[in-house]
Amino acid sequence: MTNVLQARDLTRHYEVSQGFLKGHATVKALNGVSFDLQAGRTLAVVGESGCGKSTLARQLTLIEPPTSGSLLLDGNDVSQASAAERKAMRTKVQMVFQNPYASLNPRQKIGSQLSEPLVINTRLSAAERVERVREMMKLVGLRPEHYYRYPHMFSGGQRQRIAIARAMMLNPKIVVADEPTSALDVSIQAQVLNLFMDLQESFNTTYVFISHNLAVVEHVANDVMVMYLGRVVEIGDKDTIYSRPLHPYTQALLSATPSIHPEDRRIQIKIQGELPSPLKPPSGCAFHKRCPFAIERCRQESPELRSLDRRQVACHRAEEINA
Amino acid sequence: MSLLEINNLSVLFGAEAHPFAAVEGLDLSVSQGEIVGIVGESGSGKSVTMMAMMGLLEGQGRIVADKLRFDGKDLLTLSARERRKIIGKDISMIFQDPMTALNPSFTVGYQIMEVLKVHQGLSGSALKKRAIELMEMVEIPAAATRLDAYPHQLSGGMSQRVAIAMAIACNPKLLIADEPTTALDVTIQAQIMSLLVNLQKSHDMALILITHDLAVVAEVAHRLAVMYAGQVVEQGAIPDIFRKPQHPYTEALLSSIPEHSKGARRLNTLPGIVPGHYDRPSGCLLSPRCPYVADRCRAERPALLPNAAGAVRCYFPLSAKDAQ
Repeated sequence: MTNVLQARDLTRHYEVSQGFLKGHATVKALNGVSFDLQAGRTLAVVGESGCGKSTLARQLTLIEPPTSGSLLLDGNDVSQASAAERKAMRTKVQMVFQNPYASLNPRQKIGSQLSEPLVINTRLSAAERVERVREMMKLVGLRPEHYYRYPHMFSGGQRQRIAIARAMMLNPKIVVADEPTSALDVSIQAQVLNLFMDLQESFNTTYVFISHNLAVVEHVANDVMVMYLGRVVEIGDKDTIYSRPLHPYTQALLSATPSIHPEDRRIQIKIQGELPSPLKPPSGCAFHKRCPFAIERCRQESPELRSLDRRQVACHRAEEINA
Repeated sequence: MSLLEINNLSVLFGAEAHPFAAVEGLDLSVSQGEIVGIVGESGSGKSVTMMAMMGLLEGQGRIVADKLRFDGKDLLTLSARERRKIIGKDISMIFQDPMTALNPSFTVGYQIMEVLKVHQGLSGSALKKRAIELMEMVEIPAAATRLDAYPHQLSGGMSQRVAIAMAIACNPKLLIADEPTTALDVTIQAQIMSLLVNLQKSHDMALILITHDLAVVAEVAHRLAVMYAGQVVEQGAIPDIFRKPQHPYTEALLSSIPEHSKGARRLNTLPGIVPGHYDRPSGCLLSPRCPYVADRCRAERPALLPNAAGAVRCYFPLSAKDAQ
């Protein structure tokens, strides 16, 4: 299997103004993220708001260049590529956004929104474009007459289908989906998740699936990456992580996720407090202020990712607390 | 006797001649100290029901009911002045988005104290003391210093705690929480839910929890009402209703949660969408989407009939099918 996506030490810092006559502060939104992703697999990125999930999506989709680190798309290094090469690379990675009410242009008909990627990136004739759009609409479960309609005439679930169709128009290798179902009702969410699975089966698309809903992640993912304040705290195979999470934050997330059978829950760990400000991250392990197992070492020394029990985890005390 | 009794409540919008019923024939009763969940998809009428009860629909919706009683008082005939004495005091409400529920122009301390001034006539140092006490009760760290904070200086979780402090300020008998954790992260959601349940226990309040997330309800509620297109389709005790749903819609909702079909590649779905304003079928509202639909379902609309496990609005409830 080849890796379609390889991230090495990906870092993104933002300068933010703190007001007149004050210096700039640096927000370390993404702090050394590395992973490999094979074709046809789904990597789920999990974490609370402010953990850097969406910043990661912006790096992967080449919307923004990383501050440092390298990103290999289909074997080609993005930072070495020329502008023309980068433009070609962008067709290989597409994005589906969270809110289908905001991600579609309200003044453009569905047909023309779906053909826009083709106008920009291919040399197909107008008739061929219409043909391709109609094929894609059928594939995602839209009816032919929807071609001439505007976004406001669709329900949330249908709009997300349109957004998915638009992302799939150029037959991308990778689709980055940023919370694609969190604005939808459960029964509609199930329909959209099924569509994602069907498309993956037919086109062998690779997904980077960003979500805070661990139940959804468990359903779609092959690999799971848990992030906290710009860093990866645990990454590995989904079944390995869900059956035995090693990092206290992963354990806390799993135990906080509500379940329809709460009596079956195995891990019971409650964490206090909220995500610290990324402007002033705590010293040492970023999680130590909320971690029930924190010791002096956690306050001083930031843990590195290391291999343990078939996955990678960044915790000084992973062995002790899971013994 | 129940604290809250709603009998055959309908909320109508639009022209007199062609009204649209956002809520239709709703029955619900809540006793003191009970947690009742109301679950349904968007547009199913969950919030409108509660707004109608709180009198927040004035001038827009027309409320028709056989009975709408709270704590022995008839809410239908109450004057606006009398209702204001109850709302915010004996019944209070928490909304989905804490960022928009609080007034951005006033400090949170002022907003909590306003409730106490209006309903309890407190003033001066007693007022401030009680406000700090409330903020400590909702576990806001360094409460005394946060009195002067504006809502934008607080995180979502903290703002929701402030909203809860305002809601419980007058020891309400009934607290309505309308999607209280939907805008929050999972770890914060867990904190807020356990706070709500602890307060409910310590104050012996009734709590109505409106949500679209079945799992949240499963964790805390005693009883559940499932709504679909303005009607209650099933009522029952938790966890029985999750083990043996009787209405096809409840069954479909449960099976569409990823947690329910672990290991399966595809999730079970109910085809189609909730019927809109003008395309409601003449028979059972679920009939166009129901996998078990029969001729009778298309022709007549079923009533909500009580049975051993609760109540169900279906001619062919699933438990009866198992028995055959």
